[in-house]
Amino acid sequence: MTAPRLALITLALFGALAGCSSTKLDADVPVESRTPANSLTNAGNAGNAGAGSNASSSGTAQSAVTPVDLTKTAPVAMTSLPRVVYFDFDSYIVKDEFRPTVESYAKALAADRNKRLAIEGHTDDRGGREYNLALGQKRAEAVAKSLALLGAKDTQVDAVSFGKERPAVQGSDEAAWAKNRRAELTAR
Amino acid sequence: MLQRRDFALAGAAFLAGPALAQFRIEISGVGATQLPIAVARFRDEEKSAQGISAIVRADLERSGVFRGIDNTVVLDETARPVMSDWRARAADALVGGSVARLADGRFDVRFKLWDVVKGVELGGQSNAVEAADLRLAAHRIADTIYEKLTAEKGVFSTRIAYVTRGGGRYTLRVADADGEGGQVALNSSESIISPAWSPDGRELAYVSFESQKAVVYSQEVASGKRRVLANFRGSNSAPAWSPDGQTLAVTLSREGGSQIYLLNRNGDNLRRLTNSPAIDTEPVFAPDGRSVYFVSDRGGAPQIYRTPLTGGSVERITFASSYNISPAISPDGRTMAYISRLGNEFRLHTLDLTASAQPVALTDTSDDESPSFAPNGRLIIYATRAQGRDVLVTTTLDGKIKARLISTTADVREPVWGPYGR
Repeated sequence: MTAPRLALITLALFGALAGCSSTKLDADVPVESRTPANSLTNAGNAGNAGAGSNASSSGTAQSAVTPVDLTKTAPVAMTSLPRVVYFDFDSYIVKDEFRPTVESYAKALAADRNKRLAIEGHTDDRGGREYNLALGQKRAEAVAKSLALLGAKDTQVDAVSFGKERPAVQGSDEAAWAKNRRAELTAR
Repeated sequence: MLQRRDFALAGAAFLAGPALAQFRIEISGVGATQLPIAVARFRDEEKSAQGISAIVRADLERSGVFRGIDNTVVLDETARPVMSDWRARAADALVGGSVARLADGRFDVRFKLWDVVKGVELGGQSNAVEAADLRLAAHRIADTIYEKLTAEKGVFSTRIAYVTRGGGRYTLRVADADGEGGQVALNSSESIISPAWSPDGRELAYVSFESQKAVVYSQEVASGKRRVLANFRGSNSAPAWSPDGQTLAVTLSREGGSQIYLLNRNGDNLRRLTNSPAIDTEPVFAPDGRSVYFVSDRGGAPQIYRTPLTGGSVERITFASSYNISPAISPDGRTMAYISRLGNEFRLHTLDLTASAQPVALTDTSDDESPSFAPNGRLIIYATRAQGRDVLVTTTLDGKIKARLISTTADVREPVWGPYGR
């Protein structure tokens, strides 16, 4: 993690501590880059407002806090996102627990149209190879459709299938099958 | 299983690789009417690297039409066997022959067939072959015997293709119809599935994942020359040749969803055959070339359908079970072999396409896959699992005679039976 991002998170944390974050700012608003030491000093001042020096420069309240909402700022790099979306038996529905993952990918793709994402659909090992290949394709395309609805361009996403050819784990029980019914997402 | 007979021929080890070190065919079951035949040892057959008589006997037994009579007699084609002796052994037919090394290094393989009941010769043959074709010579003898005694064409000298997986490698192999003598057509670190013989037996189309996605290739078997047939956006799979070899059906997801397309054998003239919001895959041409059978889950679960090539209404073929896949059509177009799920068991079934008949289960195993008909329609080869490994089995259409092919520690799968000739 880079130093400026550390600073942003530090600010956000202290903003939450001070309980003053009520307005949300546009992501475009420049945020003053401060060293962690400065932040600490300022936070200390805010926490002790009124007890120490009254020498505030004109136009800047000493207790002012600038909120930073990480969920509204630049997307996280795709490479740091979870890589696997799991599916229920005989299902192609992207489950709610994987929505945030898919949304993060969609944001990253919308933010940079040069970015591409490969989605590989996989199945468990029951049934025929060709039919499973088609099932895996359906899973990959389900993820691709969710990404498109959330702002990714069709041309940024490649949905392919490996069917049952590349199980994540070996085994013929539900625990193994559940780990193999998946879509793997890889930034390209 | 009422009966089990094992053959183990150490001789085959000389030519086969270490993974296929022993010719070992396990045949189980008893047919309703089997012709008892004694295949004597061919004179000097031990001088070749192949046990010719054992290959002939195993071929005949695998067909389900014959029952081999155990014997240790050495008999060549010039012999005058005492028929009463063989009748006493309950043999209806007798085969003898010889193997001789020629001056040019080739082998002269001869045989003769006798009708023991009538006490007459039914003919014989002499075949001069390279050492590498000794197994082929044995299979041709079995074909000739089969044709003389059943008046039908034999399939023992045809070839099969299959995929082995072992040591992190996937290998597409071309082998004799008994699974032996396998030669490598393609070696890959990625999966290979769905091989399909061109009708002239010269090419194998298949799906390879070597480029990290499913792409359809076609490869000339003799030269190894290969070309991309379908590499569109998404997955490309399930190649099937038309009977005239000019057209292929493939499953593509290029427009989203898996749908069936047709293209010319050179990859041109792509046109969409099916139009559904569901999965349509595993196309296979009817022998008359006028319709295509395929798998679709348009009704909510995978079932087998048939569509005319010229357009027209799609007809559903399977109804029993909620999971019917992998259709193969017999050469006469009358029987469909396919995999049907019963509970958690995936089993090879046949369905009579000429009548509103009930499906017939041919196995009692639970992981059957990929059925393919022999070109005479009398045998089906399929993949299943036994002792934790993928294995190949041939079965008669009544399911009574089964033979497990290929002794190897690798997984063997995706069998497909080639046409007549090689």
